[in-house]
Amino acid sequence: MNKDMSYKAVNDRKNEIMKKAVGIDYGTFESKGIAFDYEGMMKKVGYTIDEIKEIEGRTGIGNTPVYELRNLTALARKFAPEGKGARIFVKDEAANPSGSYKARRAAASVYHAKKMGYKGVIAATSGNYGAAVASQAAMLGLKCIIVQECYDSEHKGQPEIVEKARKCEAYGAEVVQLTVGPELFYTFLVLLEETGYFNASLYTPFGIAGVETLGYEIAEQFKEKEGKFPDVVVATNAGGGNLTGTARGLIKAGATDTQVIGASVDLSGLHMASDKQFNKKSFTTGHTGFGIPFATWPDRSDVPRSAARPLRYMDRYVTVTQGEVFYITEALAQVEGLERGPAGNTSLAAAFSLAQELDKDKIIVVQETEYTGAGKHIQPQLSFAKDNGIKVVVGDPKDQVPGENIVLPKDPSYIKVNEIKLDKLKRSFIKNAIANNSDVDITEKDIKFLAEETRKDEEFVKSILDELGVKY
Amino acid sequence: MDIAKKGDWVRIYNIVLTSEERAPQVPDDTKKVSLEMWDKGFLLNDEAKIGDEVEVETYIGRKIKGKMVEINPQYKHNYGEYVPELSYIGRQLRSILEGGESNE
Repeated sequence: MNKDMSYKAVNDRKNEIMKKAVGIDYGTFESKGIAFDYEGMMKKVGYTIDEIKEIEGRTGIGNTPVYELRNLTALARKFAPEGKGARIFVKDEAANPSGSYKARRAAASVYHAKKMGYKGVIAATSGNYGAAVASQAAMLGLKCIIVQECYDSEHKGQPEIVEKARKCEAYGAEVVQLTVGPELFYTFLVLLEETGYFNASLYTPFGIAGVETLGYEIAEQFKEKEGKFPDVVVATNAGGGNLTGTARGLIKAGATDTQVIGASVDLSGLHMASDKQFNKKSFTTGHTGFGIPFATWPDRSDVPRSAARPLRYMDRYVTVTQGEVFYITEALAQVEGLERGPAGNTSLAAAFSLAQELDKDKIIVVQETEYTGAGKHIQPQLSFAKDNGIKVVVGDPKDQVPGENIVLPKDPSYIKVNEIKLDKLKRSFIKNAIANNSDVDITEKDIKFLAEETRKDEEFVKSILDELGVKY
Repeated sequence: MDIAKKGDWVRIYNIVLTSEERAPQVPDDTKKVSLEMWDKGFLLNDEAKIGDEVEVETYIGRKIKGKMVEINPQYKHNYGEYVPELSYIGRQLRSILEGGESNE
């Protein structure tokens, strides 16, 4: 059997390869037009929250501690208007077996792969998710391959990603490292086809259902300790799964009034597939380079329909700068005694600013932390940035230019979130939905679907369609 | 030591796509260079030197070929050079929390 392994031929076999590799017939949930049955997919394919708790509990995932960050709260109050400065809490997800909340995301996938008789799992990821899949595979006795985008064409690797490769290998996984480029997906498909392993995608219903326990736990923990649900939960946003899963979990626990705010590191102006710009950034995830495109078109992921659909759940979306996240990471260690990885602190930087808008008796929760270590730490990441020609200065983060400098805030008063206009993203979403379905007539069902996807009413959808000159 | 023996743990290298074979949507600077790949495994050849085309068995048991580029590949990432720009943060925060300027 000699299959054509050219780039085009393999891509042409994508649907067939994926169907075998995730065992989900996405066609079941499709209709002719733009709409698909999201909740139906989540219900039918995923597991119930009780099942997930049981699955995660077996491998020691979850029930992570919540810390009240009293010193950071006190600090925020120094800069807040009178009566403002909400209590800041953090859910210490670094306490999970693989060192981040991603253990939750991997658990159901790997469990499902094992149950379905797959011999191994593959995931395409340069981040904490790889370590999580590798760790779960080790626990369940499955083989594991992680495919990473790691180096530029000068063979310089991001220290954070190199560390992640080490961690995956520590769990007995094979790590395939690549240079920059979206054709990583080609290598990924070749490996899936060759091995017949399960695609432990971040974006299947398994991956998102796994995160629901995080939101659920937060709701329960606060109800028990503080007698109420949190007022605000801040989630770092990249591909949308962290936010989607957490929000769904909060809703399932009854915390329907809790505001869910997404936060990303502002990397505007940097092209994610550029070889030259690859090592000009100090964050490999949790940034706008993923956050914006995935929010405005979730179905660009490695499965036909992504279960991560952040616009359905986001109340606000803010950005912070690289320098602000580095500063708050140092602050967390220096005044709270918690040394954690920078990427996980994106939402902490945002929460520090957001707390100053809220009354003192309000509760704002940062829903994750991640482990830290060589390579994955402010010191090596800033050192690497300097080696790549990035200026590191102390000043006003407003003066930052991603890819050119990193501005550490002069003092905590300079940490200020930047608001992303959600309606603008929602408009882009509708535009993308139309562009990706140019051959279909828009029905009432599609309009209803677009309203659900954007969390707006049908009038909003229709006004955008009118603006775009689309008939319905 | 540039010679590896059968069973040694080595790093191999391959070009996945040449510049001409790259996807149409990639930016120009990326299109100019090949898509390259590294992997690790136990050497299956009896002996090989750096730069040789070899076959290895990866940790999970896949057999793959490539150019041998490193024997007993190391992790070289660390905590980097000291970053003096960070030094002020801890002291600044402590002094704000203590309610005044640091008075040393």
